[in-house]
Parts: sequence; structure tokens; C-alpha cells
Amino acid sequence: MSHISKAKVTILDYGMCNLFNVVRAFEHSGADVQVTDDPSKVSSAERLVVPGVGAFKDSIRELTERGFGDAIRAFVHAQRPLFGICVGMQILFDSSEEFGEHRGLSILPGRVQAVPSATVMGESQRVPHIGWNHLVPADGRTWQGTMLAPFEGKSPAVYFVHSFSAVPKCETDRLADCIYGGHHICAAVARDNVMATQFHPERSGDIGLAIIRQYLSL
Amino acid sequence: MSNLRIIPRLDIKGPNLIKGVRLEGLRVIGDPQQHAIRYYEAGADELIYMDIVASLYGRNNLSDIVKKAARDVFVPITVGGGIRSVDDARDILRSGADKVAINTAAVRHPELIRDVSRRFGSQAMVLSIEAKEVAHGRWEAYTDNGRERTGLDVLEWVMRGVELGAGEVLVTSVDREGTRQGYDLDLVRAISAAVPVPVVASGGMGTVSHFVQAAQVGRADAIAMADVLHFGRLSVGDIRAAALDAGLPVRKY
Repeated sequence: MSHISKAKVTILDYGMCNLFNVVRAFEHSGADVQVTDDPSKVSSAERLVVPGVGAFKDSIRELTERGFGDAIRAFVHAQRPLFGICVGMQILFDSSEEFGEHRGLSILPGRVQAVPSATVMGESQRVPHIGWNHLVPADGRTWQGTMLAPFEGKSPAVYFVHSFSAVPKCETDRLADCIYGGHHICAAVARDNVMATQFHPERSGDIGLAIIRQYLSL
Repeated sequence: MSNLRIIPRLDIKGPNLIKGVRLEGLRVIGDPQQHAIRYYEAGADELIYMDIVASLYGRNNLSDIVKKAARDVFVPITVGGGIRSVDDARDILRSGADKVAINTAAVRHPELIRDVSRRFGSQAMVLSIEAKEVAHGRWEAYTDNGRERTGLDVLEWVMRGVELGAGEVLVTSVDREGTRQGYDLDLVRAISAAVPVPVVASGGMGTVSHFVQAAQVGRADAIAMADVLHFGRLSVGDIRAAALDAGLPVRKY
């Protein structure tokens, strides 16, 4: 056994998704994982992971009804590292157009919009966007100092499954894109201590695990 | 884009990985966990587990096998066979599956498709179809591993299933399954053209050129294969390399 203390990670359970795979991936990456459904535990967390699968509306409702909204804002304010995954990334933004118009946590400025159902050439394309896609750096962004740092200069393939995606208002928040039907889809964001991925690192094999390990080292 | 997925399919009976021909004549191959880990480490994009006798006994037996797999496999896992209710689906998803594949119960109660997709999202609801050609360009949906007729036209049924909320379609050709004669390309192509969601082709792979055809001619979004891997005649890496050679958009692993 290693005597180096493990990075402590708190994973939010707000009743919306199966956490087993997220927990396993963080444990496998060397984290000491605590799952909590108690907002008061969030303020004392060293690192916070907000997972998510499913619809924005249901997720944000469950989060706010359970008192997690303010807890997450306070955590971010305290400058500790947040990692949002999939819908857990989308709810950080101002609003989403999924099944009507819904407000998010406004931690990052921007909207969540539908993945285009036509390519830039006008041909129809599959939605949801399911499968592996390669990450490319957003315009002018370096991955140094972020959870994608090990892949600087490469374009790693990671696993996506989503019908909506964030459109950050500040281009500098945008860390990585993937290209789907010629469209740039925001795949990861990073602003100071707030990091999030549209893709699922816990389902992205070795590359996903390396991204998680990198987050744990930040 | 690199969206064409290579998906090893593990058919399970009791504790064993098995393989049949046309979903019958089952032969025990070995420990599913060993195979699953090998495929994951070789770069499989996803895994499919099918409990192939579950419908017969009315329950899915895969919970423990999936739980074990999910401890070491960090790519998506689809699980099918004997899932009859939202509660069954929840149990399997809690075991570590990402998606459930439903055939028999969806035929009997199509609203189950809607209920599962509303509860867990359409990305978690895979409509599983076993198709037998009944006339040129016409297929009938079967259940219980190709044993029971449903009277449903495959194309009509798949469109209905997607309308009800299925986020993906897994189509197994009963005629081709285990034959190594190649996928039923007309079937895959017809389904692929009929629905806007991703289509997974299954049944019949014997060579890498079958894989290439399923993508190029069948327009499959993902391709499942079983005995070609189980018996070690090809590896996931061989298939990926052949796909890249053919210019197909698989991920570079």
C-alpha cells in the first residue's frame, strides 16, 4: 500500500443517476471517494464532482429542491476544484432549452442548446450524439494546468452520449471541442477552479481515467 | 467524427459465456469476466451482455456478472435479456450498466419503452430486435432468441419503438447469427434509413470485410461481434486496424 494520502473527493448524489460507474472510476484513479446526498457536506468537501445523466430540467429541479444549488455556488466561491460531468456540466450555465426554457446555476455564462440534427452540409445526422469522438483544443486554449494537460498536442477520443450541449458566452471558458457533423460542440470547459466535461471520463477507458487522475492532482 | 463503434457481444447462460448458431445450439466458451477484461484492454468501444435464457425463465440473471465487470471495465455496458419492468431496468443500471436492451417485454408492452426512457433517458433505452427475413426485403420481429414469432413487421416496429423513446436500436439477424456469413446488410440498411437514432448491427461477422460492409453498405453506427472474438480468430485491434484502413471513422486507440 502506498503511504501517500489519497485525494479526497465528494461525489454528489441528487437522485438523478447511477453513481456506481463514476464512483468506481474515481476509486480506480486513486481517490478516496465519499458519496453524499447532504448539502451541508458540500461546503467541507475538498473536491466536488457533480455527475449527471438525463434531462436538464429534472436534474436542476432535484439539485435545487435538495438545497445543492447554493451549496455548489459556495463551494466554487471557496476556490476548490469542481468537476461537472455531462448534465453536471450543463447545469453550471445560465439556462437550457431542453424541454422548454430552464434556468441553471449561472456559475458560467452561457446557454445549453440542442445538438444540431443536420451537418454543416445540410445532411441529417444522428441525435443523440453517441459514441467516441476526438477532442480538439478550443481556439487559442492551452490544456496546460487543466485536467486535459496529459493530452496537450494530441486529440484523445472520449465517450459522448448527449442530445444537448453548452454554448459558453465567454470563449475563454471553452477548453476543448469535438466536431460533430462539422459543428464545433463544446466538450470541456475550465475557468479557474471550475472544470467540466460534456463527455463521460468514467466511460472513456484509459484516457478518461487519465483525465480523472489529472483532476485529482490539480 | 469517429463515431463507428466496435462492440464485443457476450451472450450469457447461467455463469458462462456461450455462443450458438442462429441463437441455438449453445456452446460454453468460458468465464465472461476474463473475456470482458480482454476486450476492454484491447480497446473495445462498448460491451453488450445478453442473458440469452432470461426470457425463458422470466428473469435477468446478469446483475452479479455486470457488477463484477463494471469494477474493471470503464467503457459503456449494455445489458439485455429478461428485463420486464422499470424496476428490472433500474436494478441492472444500478449494477453498473449504462443501457438496457429490451425485446420481449417491449413487444408485449410497448409502453415499457416510454416508461424506461422517461425514467432513465432515451440514451439508456435500447430497443433490441431479433429479425428473420420472411420475404425479400421484409422481416418479422421475433422474441425469445428467435423462437417466438410476433407478427410484427420489423421496420414498422422499430419506428414505433423509436417514437416511444428508444434511443438506440440493436438489430440481430436471426438468419445470420453465428453463421460467420456476414451481416444482413439489407436489414441493417433499411433500419438505419428508417430511424434517426443510432443502429447497432449484430449477427454474422466472420471476417473484417463483413465489418466494413456493415458500415459502408449497411450504414450501421455500431457493430457487434461475438464468436469471431471469442474463438480468437480476430482481435478488437485487428478489426480497428482494418476499419481504419478502409477509411472508416473508428476511434484511434
